[in-house]
Amino acid sequence: MKLDSKIPEGPLAEKWTKHKFNVKLVNPANKRKYDIIVVGSGLAGASAAASFGELGYNVKCFCFQDSPRRAHSIAAQGGINAAKNYQNDGDSVFRLFYDTIKGGDYRGREGNTYRLAEVSVNIIDQCVAQGVPFAREYGGLLANRSFGGAQVSRTFYAKGQTGQQLLLGAYSALSRQIDSGKVKMYNRTEMLDLVMVDGQARGIVTRNLITGEIESHSAHAVVLATGGYGNVFFLSTNAMGSNCTAAWRAHKKGALFSNPCYTQIHPTCIPVSGDHQSKLTLMSESLRNDGRVWVPKKGIKGLTAKAATEIPEEERDYYLERIYPAFGNLVPRDVASRNAKNVCDEGRGVGSTGLAVFLDFSDAIKRDGKDVVKGKYGNLFDMYKQITGDDPYEAPMMIYPAVHYTMGGLWVDYNLMTTVPGAYAIGEANFSDHGANRLGASALMQGLADGYFIIPYTIGNYLASMPYDKVSTDHEAFKTAEKEVKERLDKLLSINGTKTPDQFHKELGLIMWEYCGMSRNEKGLTLAKEKIKALKKEFWSNVKLVGGNDELNMSLEKANRVADFIELGELMIDDALDRRESCGGHFREESQTEEGEAKRMDDEYAYVAAWAFQGENQEEILHKEELIFENVKLTQRSYK
Amino acid sequence: MSWFTKAMSSNIGKKLIMAFTGLFLILFLVGHVSGNTLLFGTDGGLAFNAYAKFMTTNPAVKILSYITYISILVHVVYSIIVTRTNKTARPVGYEVNAGSTNSSWASRNMGVLGTILLIFLVVHMKGFWYEMHWGEIGTDINGNKDLYGVVAKAYAEWWYVLLYVVSMGFLAFHLSHGFSSAFQTLGLNHKKYTPIIKGVSLGFSILVPAIFAAIPIYMFINS
Amino acid sequence: MNITLKVWRQKNAQDKGGFKTYPVANVSPDMSFLEMFDVLNEQLLAKGEDPVHFDHDCREGICGMCSMYINGKPHGPKDAVTTCQLHMRSFKDGDSITVEPWRAKAFPVVKDLVTDRSAFDRIIQSGGYISINTGGVPDANEIPIPKKIADQAMDAATCIGCGACVAACKNASAMLFVSAKVSQLAMLPQGQVERKTRAERMVAQMDEEGFGACTNTGACSAECPKEISLENIARLNREFYGAKLKSENV
Repeated sequence: MKLDSKIPEGPLAEKWTKHKFNVKLVNPANKRKYDIIVVGSGLAGASAAASFGELGYNVKCFCFQDSPRRAHSIAAQGGINAAKNYQNDGDSVFRLFYDTIKGGDYRGREGNTYRLAEVSVNIIDQCVAQGVPFAREYGGLLANRSFGGAQVSRTFYAKGQTGQQLLLGAYSALSRQIDSGKVKMYNRTEMLDLVMVDGQARGIVTRNLITGEIESHSAHAVVLATGGYGNVFFLSTNAMGSNCTAAWRAHKKGALFSNPCYTQIHPTCIPVSGDHQSKLTLMSESLRNDGRVWVPKKGIKGLTAKAATEIPEEERDYYLERIYPAFGNLVPRDVASRNAKNVCDEGRGVGSTGLAVFLDFSDAIKRDGKDVVKGKYGNLFDMYKQITGDDPYEAPMMIYPAVHYTMGGLWVDYNLMTTVPGAYAIGEANFSDHGANRLGASALMQGLADGYFIIPYTIGNYLASMPYDKVSTDHEAFKTAEKEVKERLDKLLSINGTKTPDQFHKELGLIMWEYCGMSRNEKGLTLAKEKIKALKKEFWSNVKLVGGNDELNMSLEKANRVADFIELGELMIDDALDRRESCGGHFREESQTEEGEAKRMDDEYAYVAAWAFQGENQEEILHKEELIFENVKLTQRSYK
Repeated sequence: MSWFTKAMSSNIGKKLIMAFTGLFLILFLVGHVSGNTLLFGTDGGLAFNAYAKFMTTNPAVKILSYITYISILVHVVYSIIVTRTNKTARPVGYEVNAGSTNSSWASRNMGVLGTILLIFLVVHMKGFWYEMHWGEIGTDINGNKDLYGVVAKAYAEWWYVLLYVVSMGFLAFHLSHGFSSAFQTLGLNHKKYTPIIKGVSLGFSILVPAIFAAIPIYMFINS
Repeated sequence: MNITLKVWRQKNAQDKGGFKTYPVANVSPDMSFLEMFDVLNEQLLAKGEDPVHFDHDCREGICGMCSMYINGKPHGPKDAVTTCQLHMRSFKDGDSITVEPWRAKAFPVVKDLVTDRSAFDRIIQSGGYISINTGGVPDANEIPIPKKIADQAMDAATCIGCGACVAACKNASAMLFVSAKVSQLAMLPQGQVERKTRAERMVAQMDEEGFGACTNTGACSAECPKEISLENIARLNREFYGAKLKSENV
């Protein structure tokens, strides 16, 4: 299969403008004749659904939570990047583009990434107009902070709750369209299959999570805004309900899945406290603006935060500042995470498990005073204290890396369309803009860029060539899909084994974290593949569920999602095996410099991996989209 | 429905009526308590009787007294309406409820307190107000109806005094929430002024019932 | 730690429901309250019993989905936290804990501890937004907003829509929730255009959903995990009176 990214010709800065002019338009009066399904109501989904509604399309929007306002975009803390250059510190669209491409370790597409940087400025305007209460200076203008991987201050924020405020902005726009009748919202409804008619995506099959009813919904296009798959690892900073099911079912219907091995391990999370742990909590990267990361020069077993305050300055190793003097504590996430792992592997980790490092604010408190620090990070400090029982104003925080974001996702072209005509993927669900590593404060930017400013243009190009006719949900394709969905659920309910879905999920997570986590090697990955195959087999013969299909049934929901996680986990291993280089969030031990830094191999691996499903229990086939760099020079990243 | 009745029949509108009538009754209490201090006099009630006559005959006061009757009535009727709405808003209650950890006892029991005060009001009005208007009472040396005599007689009974003192306790609790709450309902909440309102509210809810309660005690002791 | 849970079980909206008691052994003080329920549910599932259904998602205290009434208080005994951020170190070994769903006519029980809070969505749909379309907006810095105002708007906007205010209020009133959104938008210059209509419509929708009237007990704010201030309710009252007096909606 030849993958056509459809990146427009011409100079980088003119591609999007030109493309917007060249795309076909749908007459305003005809927009009401088209139906669009949006799955997911996070930043990307809500902003897209609202924008479609405003344009005049008929929209159906789905979320599995009890309200679209709960989508996990809400948990993003630190901020959103935009190349506004309000700080007069040398920022520009090109610099944001360059930082993003470099931060992504040159594994992203130039055209998409530049467009992202270009529309970033519109996002801030849009959100302010919606009433998003961004932080401001005393003069009344917008404030900025700096984030990892950048040397300018371009991050806009609303306390430590930027994601919440942006999501509530998009949710309010969505609510307005629901009120106007242009968007019909389906809460507590999960997509379980993509329906294809004549080779085009024409609808979805859903399950009402309250009644268990299996329903079909028909449309002219389907937009998946279903987030990432970090929960493959069981423990991650994702929400408990975050899942890959919608994307995975689309993959099985023909949408290629790209770069699944690119997972971002976030360096500043609260360490695991025990076996009962159900999820991990992020402490915003913005903390690294003022917090200094360190471990003792010589390992001390079970060092507590309180005891750490007694350790004299000369016995502390501020290892990020030592190794990377230029960026210091603000190196990109992958670099910070790997170094934390290294010092812990050396036996210098702290806390009861030895799997933690300190993030120390004592210097910032001395320098700026407690009130200033409280003003910037108060809610994060409170949250930390609540979870751990330790007070970060008195003693350093303990942090450790945790799975946070997945750069991989459904393959999409410049129009954000997957390889299935009429099926789009936006936000974290696609693979497009972050290469092998995402910079902090760029996920919010991408979600809103896709939803507000990109897909409303590009979807018109597709719909303009579609007939107005609607496909009835009585169509054979819908009936077949419904039947398959029901059979799968019945199968799950009928196994009646001995292990709960959570137990399988935990086992999967352990395998993935051990062999496909912060560093990977061929031997481990090969072993992991065997283990996952065995796990899948056991799952389908020994999973235990209770209750029926016609009720709110959390064990059924969970099992159905875990089954997909297992399959995706295997594909992640395949992808990690294939990519024998280190890049961004993917660190292959076989490919490192003498100093232990990640070593890319541009000659062999400057491509997007795109995997094609071949049938149940068949090996997937890899297609490659070559990455072409015309505007940046590929160098080994250096933050020294 | 006109925009006005619509506004007033909303939950906020109903509360506004409660606040206005409540505040008017607070004003009434100010007048009432200042007049009643005449009962502390040593003139055998002559000044008090003159005051009572003025209060029952002056046309301006008459108008005010009708507004007071209406306020009481409306305050009671609306409290019943609001309470009923609020009861239906939670058809199934909690097995365990720790209300005392998040709100004052008075604020959660305004309906009960109000009901008790209403009963007290009936007894009170029967005892004095009714007697003054339609009862058979003698006159003092100035030719005014001798309400003082009625009061003195009533407050010679220990149980009557007790009833008054206890009722004033309930009034204190009712006011302790109602006074400042009315300002909140009116939308008056301000970093500078709310603490003052709360202070005045507390002072008022202690002082006024205390003076009211002191009168029967004083007269009982002197009887 | 060993804990005894007394939990409301209700099969579906029609079922009458009742309490069931479950002992949970070996509870770690570092567990969150919901992780303790995970442990209980794994035990129930292993025995073939239906697990206790409860709403939860982000488990970081921000999505607003978790919603348990614990020992007589929404989100449990600690101030300013959601149920997911409540940890077992806030309890003692041997404690007996009663867990109930939010109780309000406008929040009907769906199953066990899960309630339907879509009434909140409908209130926002009735006006909790600024009616602008995507694109065509002025540059963000063309609207200067005093820091103090922006901060106050943020304090109101921090509401997570969990419904603890309704659950705590003896009248099941939604005034704190509604006032937070009305306040946020009334304070900001962007919200001025629709200020009156917004207050009128949102209050009307709130009443229609069957929430009770505010009697200023202050329980809502005291139990709010985001500590939304009662000043917002006063502001909503002002906004409503002003709107009713000045708007041209007859």
